[in-house]
Amino acid sequence: MSEANASATRITPGNALRPEDIALQDAKPADAVARYALGLGDDALILAQRLGWWISRAPELEEDVALANIALDEIGHARSFLTYAGRAWDKTEDDLAYFRREPEFRSVHLVEQPNGDFARTIARQFVVALYQWELYSRLVHSSDPTLAAIAAKAVKEVDYHRDHATQWVLRLALGTEESRRRMIAGLRLTWPYVEELFTDYPLIDEVGDAGVRPSELRESFDSAVRTVLTEAELEVPAVPGAVGGGRLGRHSEHLGYLLAEMQVLAREHPGASW
Amino acid sequence: MTGGSTTGDDGATAPSSGLHEERAAWPLWEVFVRSSRGLSHVHAGSLHAPDAEMAVRNARDLYTRRNEGVSLWVVPASAIITSDPDAKDAFFESPQGKDYRHATYYTKSEGVKHL
Amino acid sequence: MTATAIDTRADHDAAGEKVFNDIIARDSRIEPRDWMPADYRKSLTRQISQHAHSEIIGMQPEANWITRAPSLKRKAVLMAKVQDEAGHGLYLYSAAETLGTPREKMTEDLIAGKARYSSIFNYPVLTWADIGAIGWLVDGAAICNQVPLCRASYGPYGRAMVRICKEESFHQRQGFEILLELANGTPEQRAMAQDAVNRWYAPSLMMFGPPDEDSPNSQKSMEWNIKRFSNDELRSRFVGMMVEQIKVLGLDLPDKDVRFDEGTGRWQYGPLDWNEFKEVLAGRGPCNAQRLERRREAHEEGAWVRDAASAYAARQAAKPTTTKAA
Ligand SMILES: [Fe+2]
Ligand SMILES: [Fe+2]
Repeated sequence: MSEANASATRITPGNALRPEDIALQDAKPADAVARYALGLGDDALILAQRLGWWISRAPELEEDVALANIALDEIGHARSFLTYAGRAWDKTEDDLAYFRREPEFRSVHLVEQPNGDFARTIARQFVVALYQWELYSRLVHSSDPTLAAIAAKAVKEVDYHRDHATQWVLRLALGTEESRRRMIAGLRLTWPYVEELFTDYPLIDEVGDAGVRPSELRESFDSAVRTVLTEAELEVPAVPGAVGGGRLGRHSEHLGYLLAEMQVLAREHPGASW
Repeated sequence: MTGGSTTGDDGATAPSSGLHEERAAWPLWEVFVRSSRGLSHVHAGSLHAPDAEMAVRNARDLYTRRNEGVSLWVVPASAIITSDPDAKDAFFESPQGKDYRHATYYTKSEGVKHL
Repeated sequence: MTATAIDTRADHDAAGEKVFNDIIARDSRIEPRDWMPADYRKSLTRQISQHAHSEIIGMQPEANWITRAPSLKRKAVLMAKVQDEAGHGLYLYSAAETLGTPREKMTEDLIAGKARYSSIFNYPVLTWADIGAIGWLVDGAAICNQVPLCRASYGPYGRAMVRICKEESFHQRQGFEILLELANGTPEQRAMAQDAVNRWYAPSLMMFGPPDEDSPNSQKSMEWNIKRFSNDELRSRFVGMMVEQIKVLGLDLPDKDVRFDEGTGRWQYGPLDWNEFKEVLAGRGPCNAQRLERRREAHEEGAWVRDAASAYAARQAAKPTTTKAA
């Protein structure tokens, strides 16, 4: 693109890492690395599926656009992680997204939680974005170059998600009485699923330097949360953590419905291409 | 996308400008995008946002989805002062006829280069 | 004075009218602060706001398939497309606002059922192939309509259309690609594609508006350089393009009467059911109530969020030392 024909309406594709590029790479992940990538990919996929619902339903049109951008980022991350994971087993991203059964998914319970009202969605976004940022900002140093490359793109995007969620936590918490009440309720409903994010699971030992140990993220996460919630004049919800198990294939009741909807068309036409 | 509506002739009436509930809608912001380093910010359009912080974020989401920009300005629409179009003749008359401000006013001399 | 303030004082200004007429005669552009005839303002406000509403309501039928898109690539493409439509709505509302009507007012008219939007979005989106047919036919027809609008005499409208047209070309291509994939797929997929084309073809032709003889406002719009071609002219041009493109798909247009008329130099097409068009326009389409209800719900249920942000902004502004926005 020459500077001369640049204008405020120019359109360029950019040159970031795309899932299509990963599919063409020779690199095949080790089985454990693939299973690790699957979990991160599933988190992003299920979150994107949830956020996609908001498009055409957001509180203001500008927010439709904002939430769609976040959903698009997440689906991009999901496609990259799943494509890479699939290379270990000769599966495509779509084989993994559409033809696994619920117990074969490795997503955490947090991303499976329903959208609820805007405050609950923002509460979930707030936790996910802060968690993913802590995770990806370390995963860029992964000994696995592909995971590091995916994380390098994702961390910048998630940084924006963090900012988006923070802005809304502040506005809802300090806006009106009603919005504050809803924000507090949203955080309370979300907080039981925080613990699972930072719980180590057996695979982490197998992955070694290719992955990031969840428990090591907790301290920075907590301090980032405290900074925002203090400014929002809110307390960290004092609710007990729920028993997780998503990384082992034990999911919340919500996931089945979500998958039924997501997979219905693909499963009606097995083997078809779209 | 749009439909028959763009023809504007399907018989609907224009929105009336009657009273409507004032719920303090988000104010209007004008958005300016710098498409590349070295170029000026150019007006791209407008949007609604509750405050400047959200305005600049909404502008990023709305006006740079396809790498259209490297920098953004948002300005409250109410802060823009415009020249008065009714006084256009008086306002913009002076430069008219002052052709000597333009290089093309001067005759080129044969053989003189780089001038 | 502000960029969007309206100067009504000059409405009957003879000098203003002369300048306006000169600008139109020179095929130049009218800008927001220029004097303009009240009818011009009214007609443009109606057209641009209807156009904006169409983009926004038009998000719904396609958004319904985001959660069910059959591949992750298609899911991403569809999200990006529906998001673009929100963007188009915003560009257009912003153009309409320069004529003096706030967006809030336009939104209220829409959800009160007082404003119109393109009838095409009142048809149900029944299968995945409909997503292809909408991109190919509906966005295709929209592009046909919109490209000439890039030269509309009202500056902000033309500029919004330039931006929109650049984005729309991806919409039509992705729709065509969906249909092509289905047409070359399994027998079920192929049948799904043909069925979708059958259902969306006639409604997409009706998107160009009533036949020229029943289009009373068109004349004025042409005189004002808002509209550049008649409804029938654009419709016939569109049919010509579809005739060629469907050959690549290997599907059939559900219209036996399509032929090129050497005499008029135009593509002819079979009779269209204008009664159905009027019925749908009058609110009796399969999805009118559902579409408006969803828009109303989103707007009303979003009120507490918008209020919260306004209250926060007011509080921050009142603080003696606010942090400066970067
Ligand atoms: Fe559009
Ligand atoms: Fe479109």
